[in-house]
Amino acid sequence: MSKPSPFSAVAAIVQKDLSAEFRSFELISAMLVFSLLVIIIFNFALELDVVVRQSVTAGVLWTTFAFAGTLGLNRSMSVEKDRGCMDGLLLAPVDRSVIYFGKAVSNLVFMLVVEAIVLPVYSMLYNVNLFRLDLLGVLVLGSVGYIAVGTLLSTMSAQTRTREILLPILLFPVAIPVLLASVKASGGLLAGAEFSEILTPLNILIVYDVVFIAIAFMVFDFVVEE
Amino acid sequence: MISVKKLVKRFGLKTILRGLDFSVAAGEFVALLGPNGAGKTTFLRIIATLARPSLGLVKIAGHRLPDEAAQVRAKLGVVSHLPLLYPDLTAEENLKFYARMYGVANYELRITEVLEMVGLEKRRKDLVRTFSRGMQQRLAISRAVIHDPEVMLFDEPYTGLDQDASEMLDDVLRSVAAEGRTVVMTSHDLARAEDLATRFDVLSRGVIVASATRDDIKQTNLLAFYKQALEN
Repeated sequence: MSKPSPFSAVAAIVQKDLSAEFRSFELISAMLVFSLLVIIIFNFALELDVVVRQSVTAGVLWTTFAFAGTLGLNRSMSVEKDRGCMDGLLLAPVDRSVIYFGKAVSNLVFMLVVEAIVLPVYSMLYNVNLFRLDLLGVLVLGSVGYIAVGTLLSTMSAQTRTREILLPILLFPVAIPVLLASVKASGGLLAGAEFSEILTPLNILIVYDVVFIAIAFMVFDFVVEE
Repeated sequence: MISVKKLVKRFGLKTILRGLDFSVAAGEFVALLGPNGAGKTTFLRIIATLARPSLGLVKIAGHRLPDEAAQVRAKLGVVSHLPLLYPDLTAEENLKFYARMYGVANYELRITEVLEMVGLEKRRKDLVRTFSRGMQQRLAISRAVIHDPEVMLFDEPYTGLDQDASEMLDDVLRSVAAEGRTVVMTSHDLARAEDLATRFDVLSRGVIVASATRDDIKQTNLLAFYKQALEN
């Protein structure tokens, strides 16, 4: 038996999660139904003209994705914890951070799949063009940051009985910088702001992503061990 | 193969293991007995590197915990009362996942071998959620041996199994032990432990209170030895 490479182990975790999810659609369907419900409710609640609709787009989208993402994060870790499968992952002869990266990549894929479905629906309902490379780039950066910190905190909260309540309480305050920066950057792009005006939120996004991925890499071992 | 000296484990203010000493030679099959709350599962979780000792020295297959935990995990196979299997994956997909996590080369062949060992080769393409409890436990054993570990840990493996499933598990455990692996098993089923193990240790209130080999208890029986150990 040879020692598994970290990349091979991360790929195995991602493949396992994707295979299970695309067989059951438990996680994505919950996130998707919630997201579509939220944007439809906002569509009726905010009966505004086109200009105003465009100005609220960033806020509506990131509110939707934040709550849907939290649903997905809770579910993703609950699946591992409830059947003891987290122990199965922890028993593997790999660095524990491999488990974190594998789960984070899986969670990111699920979130991006939901975003890819929600965006066209939103565009159609609100008559706002969201298919721009720069906007999609901000979407990815924001999602990476949210999932990076969310995967770490959902691993912590999954070990408690009150995980559904605890995760949002832990996650939302910590995710404020990435959410605000994502809203600012997205809103600026949609409003046609100068690049210099959205440079600050973009920098915040990049720094946040790097910092929290590094923090998760360093502390994940201590989070999962009894 | 396993050497534990003055092991202490605390959870907050509560001390579960209180200076436990324990050792297992290569190839031994040790049944770890004890009442509920004695610390058996906690002890097994520490050996399995799922929990960190508060104090004490733990060495497994020459590697020291917690510093060399990854090396220890490569030589361990663990079966608990939970199967550690993904219900929405097939038996084959579960084993493929674990084979990749353990770096097993040519895992397709190895998957077939371990499925045949536990009698589940014909169910390899079926989802685990369609398996009975007994079948899941057998698949869990194949998961645990897929990387050919030197040391096997079983934590209450008979939990929830009916008579037929328990007898099948007996056969599998005997074949695992016959391959020369070192085995530590916790169980409340004294009859099964007496049939399978070569040594019996009793854990009570966080320490080993008695230890006997199969020859030692020939004059009486395991139940008498166990009760005597707890009374003392």
